[in-house]
Amino acid sequence: MAFTSSGNLSSAEMSTRDAIGAVNRAKRIDKIFAVGGILVMVIAMGLLFALIGDLVVRGLGRIDYDFLTSFPSRRAERAGILSAWVGSILVMLTTAFLAIPVGVAAGLYLEEYARKGWLSNIIEINVSNLAGVPSIIYGLLALGLFVYGLDLGKTILVAGMTLGLLILPIVIVSTREAVRAIPRVIKEGAYGLGADQWQVMWHYIIPAARPGILTGAIVGLSRAIGETAPIITIGALTFIAFLPPAPVSGDFPFINFDWLTDGFTVLPIQMFNWISRPQADFHVNAAATGVVLMALTLSLNGIAIWIRYRLRREHHN
Amino acid sequence: MTTYRSILTVSILSATLAVAAAAREVISIDGSSTVFPISEAFAEEFQIETRTRVTVGLSGTGGGFKKFCRGETDFTGASRPIRKGELEECRENGVEFIELPIAMDALANVVHPDNDWAQCMTVDELRRMWEPEAQGTITNWNQIRDTFPDAPLRLFGAGVDSGTYDYYTFALTGVEHYSRGDFTATEDDNVTVQGVSSDRNAFGFLGLAYLDENRSRLRAVTIRQEDGSCVGPSVETARDGSYQPLSRPLFMYVNASALDRPAVQAYADYMMDPENGVFLVEEVGYVPLPEEAFEMGRAKIKARKTGSYFDGGSEVGVMIEDLLAIE
Repeated sequence: MAFTSSGNLSSAEMSTRDAIGAVNRAKRIDKIFAVGGILVMVIAMGLLFALIGDLVVRGLGRIDYDFLTSFPSRRAERAGILSAWVGSILVMLTTAFLAIPVGVAAGLYLEEYARKGWLSNIIEINVSNLAGVPSIIYGLLALGLFVYGLDLGKTILVAGMTLGLLILPIVIVSTREAVRAIPRVIKEGAYGLGADQWQVMWHYIIPAARPGILTGAIVGLSRAIGETAPIITIGALTFIAFLPPAPVSGDFPFINFDWLTDGFTVLPIQMFNWISRPQADFHVNAAATGVVLMALTLSLNGIAIWIRYRLRREHHN
Repeated sequence: MTTYRSILTVSILSATLAVAAAAREVISIDGSSTVFPISEAFAEEFQIETRTRVTVGLSGTGGGFKKFCRGETDFTGASRPIRKGELEECRENGVEFIELPIAMDALANVVHPDNDWAQCMTVDELRRMWEPEAQGTITNWNQIRDTFPDAPLRLFGAGVDSGTYDYYTFALTGVEHYSRGDFTATEDDNVTVQGVSSDRNAFGFLGLAYLDENRSRLRAVTIRQEDGSCVGPSVETARDGSYQPLSRPLFMYVNASALDRPAVQAYADYMMDPENGVFLVEEVGYVPLPEEAFEMGRAKIKARKTGSYFDGGSEVGVMIEDLLAIE
């Protein structure tokens, strides 16, 4: 002890000091990372809110009952978005009716029934890949196949089919994720009680996976509602001042599907048309249309959150 | 509950299968985005007056002709005359058409309001600015004229799919769709307005309506005419034909066999009625044709006079009188 000079630290002391240094360094890096992360988030959110704020400030004042219930017009102050929002909602309905059943069935099959092998691997890779294909490609496919190949015309049905294809991968992937997240014990317990595969599927897997499946479906739909490129490609109209026949009527058979074969326009197209007009009043209309579109998307997401919350609670009870 | 659901499902499915393409009379119009405001105005008024359904698409002049020559649309708007290839396509599909001039438009060359040098330019200078050989080499204002300052030249213009681009390049270089590629091309003239109004050294071209809405942010460059005078773009100079070579007629093409449908015939008559035509065209910011032009159009429709006067290409310096002389 007495022989130890002050310049020569013992190895134990050295390693303690090293360790403290390393911890301090790690803490510093941690802090830098956190600050950097917050900065990036603030910038991103700031930009987003600036954009939304700008849109709302310019457009909100234009939204009134007349704007929502009038057809487009050459006079900006008389123009409205009735045909556009009705078109958007009808197209979304068609999309949901086509994509969700097929997507969920495909997801369940791939996850629960399909034998794992090279074929299912290829399908899996392709489904994931399809989720990244640019939407215009779906539009071109639909133009060639649905509009000209099958001669279905430029109708709401074709738009729904196109956007349905577009969101199919999202629905499939989210269904599979939801099924995969179900604890094994639920399935094994059911099998243990003598349930067959269909019973397990119907009574246990689907109810447990429902929140995840619905979330995926609605995320897909909120992507589809803002799509412009594929809809323009298949030949959606820009000026249309009449509504498709109502889907519900007082006479037998009460529901009709004539609207599926009608021409249509959607909110993003109406917005796109107005933003490129020379008159500033039309730009205000475009901003107002943007606010409505955003409100629709937000409420879709809101519904998703609400359904998920409700179903989770139901499931746990 | 379950049975109710399955009944509902079955009825939905069967109803889907029984979708009948009920024949609802619809007049379909498509074509140029430049002509769109005019088509929209006619469609809106006609629909209010007659309750006939009219739809207008926005495929651009080229895209519009594609659909039109397949027989998918009844009318198509065009900011240039039909091309040879398009004529050919129409002929192959047996689509005959009547060509109706519907309004005049002018293309404006615009600069930043602070730009005090580019006042009156010659067509030759404009051509040197835009021809394909200028790509990468003509990048400074002083290369256009010695007295211009040493400042970088930044160009904005209509997207290469538009009839506006086709006409502009044709008027300057003599060949449609022929220009340098290194400029900011946009399908939305408001982008050109933005670009030019925020850059002192910018130069761009756009439709007259966009200039008129932004006179405080843009200044129009006048063009030296053959008689030495400098003429700027305006409704008056487009109407009297003194603004050359960038005044151009806009067209509406009608499918001749569609005219056999009473609704289409009624719409064509409505369009060619000067009482509607003059004020609707003016209201949306274009230059209306004189009454004689409407009369001529009506006569053309009545006689089912098909084909294009322009023989598959644009023509520079077409004045209203020329359109009237077309028989």
